[in-house]
Amino acid sequence: MNPFPTPLWSIGPVTVTDSVLVMIVLSLLLVGGGSIALRLPRARAALELGYDTLERSIVQSTSADAQALVPLVLTLWIFLGVANVVSLVPGVATPTRDLSLAAALAAISFSAGHVHALRAQGVAYLRHYLEPSPFLLPFNVIGEIGRTIALALRLFGNMLSGHLVVAIVLYLAGLLLPVPLMLLGVLTGLVQAYIFGVLTLVFAASSIRQVEAETARKGREKK
Amino acid sequence: MNAQDWIAIASIITAGITVAGGSFGAALGEGRALSQGLDAIARQPDSASTLTRTLFVGLAMVESSAIYPLVVALILLFANPFVR
Repeated sequence: MNPFPTPLWSIGPVTVTDSVLVMIVLSLLLVGGGSIALRLPRARAALELGYDTLERSIVQSTSADAQALVPLVLTLWIFLGVANVVSLVPGVATPTRDLSLAAALAAISFSAGHVHALRAQGVAYLRHYLEPSPFLLPFNVIGEIGRTIALALRLFGNMLSGHLVVAIVLYLAGLLLPVPLMLLGVLTGLVQAYIFGVLTLVFAASSIRQVEAETARKGREKK
Repeated sequence: MNAQDWIAIASIITAGITVAGGSFGAALGEGRALSQGLDAIARQPDSASTLTRTLFVGLAMVESSAIYPLVVALILLFANPFVR
C-alpha cells in the first residue's frame, strides 16, 4: 500500500487519486447506512438517544451557544473516525492522509465557525478582530488563518506519518511486525477525529465568547 | 559529485535534523503537560472528564508543532523543489 496518494485516472485536467475514490465511497456508505438506519425504529431510537446525549454534553462543556454546530461536529467525528481507521481494510488507504482532504475539511470548519458566529451576533462579531487594539488586526487575521492551516496539517501529518511508519517497518522487517504500529494508528486516528471536531467547536465558541465578554464589559462600564 | 548530489545529501541530512529537533521539543512539552494533567487528575478525580478533554485538546495543539517539522522533512525528502 502506497503511503502517498496515487493517481488512478485523470478526467481532463482533474486527476482522481485513490483517496478521492475512497472518500466518495465512504461518504455514500455512511449517508446510505444512516438513512437506512433512520427507517428502522430501533436503530432510529438508538441514534436519537446517542445524538441527544452527545449534544447535551457538548453544549454543557462549551457553555457558549454552540448548538447549531453540533450536527457539523458529530458529522466530522463520524466521518473522520471511520476514514482514519479504514486503512485496516486490506487494499483501502486512509483518505485523510491526503493534504487536499484535510485542507477541505479545515476550510469547512473555518467557514462554519464564521458563518455560525455571524448568524449568532451579526456584523458586531467582526469587531473581535479589532480587539484588544485595532493595530493588532493583521495579527488576528494571521492567527485565524494559521490555526486553520494547523488544523489541516495536524490531521494530514498524523495520518501520513502513521502510514509511512507502517510502510517503512513493513519494508524493513516483514509481515507481522507492523501490527502494533497499526494498532497505535487506530488510536491516533480516533484521537485525531475527536480533536478535529473539538477544535472546530472550540475555535467557533472562543470567538463568540470573546465578543460576549467584550459586550458585557462595555455594558458594565456604561453603568 | 555535481550540484544535484549535494542538494540530495543536504536535503537528507536536514530532514533528519528537522524531525529530530522538532520531535525533541514537542516530546518534552507533551511529557510535561501529561505529567501535570495526571497530577491534577490524581488530586481531583471528580473533574477527570474535563481535565482529560482539555488535556487531549492541548496535547493535540502541542503536537502540531511536531507535525510542522515532519511536513517540512517530507517536503525535503519527497517533494523537494530543488531536485530535478
